[in-house]
Amino acid sequence: MKALALVLLVLAAGGPASLPDVEDEVMCVECGTALNVSTSTVADQERAFIRRQIAQGKDKQEIKDALVDQFGPGVLAMPEEKGFSLAAYLVPIGLALLALAGLAVAARRWRRRPAEAEPAAEPLAPIENARLDAELAAYDRR
Amino acid sequence: MRFRASWAVILAAALLVGLLAYGVASRRADTSIDDAIAAGERVDAPTARLPVLGRGGTGSLADYRGKVVVLNFWASWCKPCTEELPLLEKTHRAISGRDALVLGANYQDVSDSALGFVRRFRLTYPSLRDKDGEFADRYGSRAFPETFVVDRRGRIAAQRRGPVDQAWLDRTLKPLLGETA
Repeated sequence: MKALALVLLVLAAGGPASLPDVEDEVMCVECGTALNVSTSTVADQERAFIRRQIAQGKDKQEIKDALVDQFGPGVLAMPEEKGFSLAAYLVPIGLALLALAGLAVAARRWRRRPAEAEPAAEPLAPIENARLDAELAAYDRR
Repeated sequence: MRFRASWAVILAAALLVGLLAYGVASRRADTSIDDAIAAGERVDAPTARLPVLGRGGTGSLADYRGKVVVLNFWASWCKPCTEELPLLEKTHRAISGRDALVLGANYQDVSDSALGFVRRFRLTYPSLRDKDGEFADRYGSRAFPETFVVDRRGRIAAQRRGPVDQAWLDRTLKPLLGETA
């Protein structure tokens, strides 16, 4: 029980970081790609820096803070929530809202269409009317 | 209803295209300094107050107004940058008695690694820490190393996007050192 509590405590505290865990959340500052796919010299330097931080026992957030301290906020893969970077959050939300609005409009039209599109039934000719009545009466007698 | 909906779609598409165009344009390197220098003009050198690498406190290019400044952008992981550090130190020692100096600007780098090269080559000139590269962006920086020579009035008189050599430094500095503020 104590061991489980300890594991939960470590997980709650963020736990020990690993290179792959941090690498996919930061950028190669020179190449502009995610660090985990970059092979440039500066990316190697960033990885070496992360390894040193891990060796010092820092958790993921502390390592990311240290990276920002060295390279500025641009090192983080998730853009900042200010300035032009805000567009990275607002545009998908805007597009999603637009898509929802489009769906709502389309659904309303779709529901209305049968009533509008159904042609008015032409009245039957007297002879056809009589024939229909006869056939229905024959059907009821069975 | 259909008329209003199509205008909304067109407006949304136009906004999206505009946003993409702005994003692309804002990431393109500024070439205004290159254009001015190519036209034989001098442009005001951008300045920024930044931490000084390994020395504490802050510094700015503006602090050296009245001096000729060889402003060198570098990083420790960039081999051509570290290869030219001894030449820049030699240049700094040669010109420092004539109201001139070399000023480094270190960016996209880990400060400990940069300091390792400062100690290894016994660099005596200061380097500013432009950690997020915003200062470098204002010089239209796009590669390492890059060097700008700033006259005594704070204007960029020459630039080199790539490693410097003795001949370029001699040719560039000689007339500028003779100028007065």
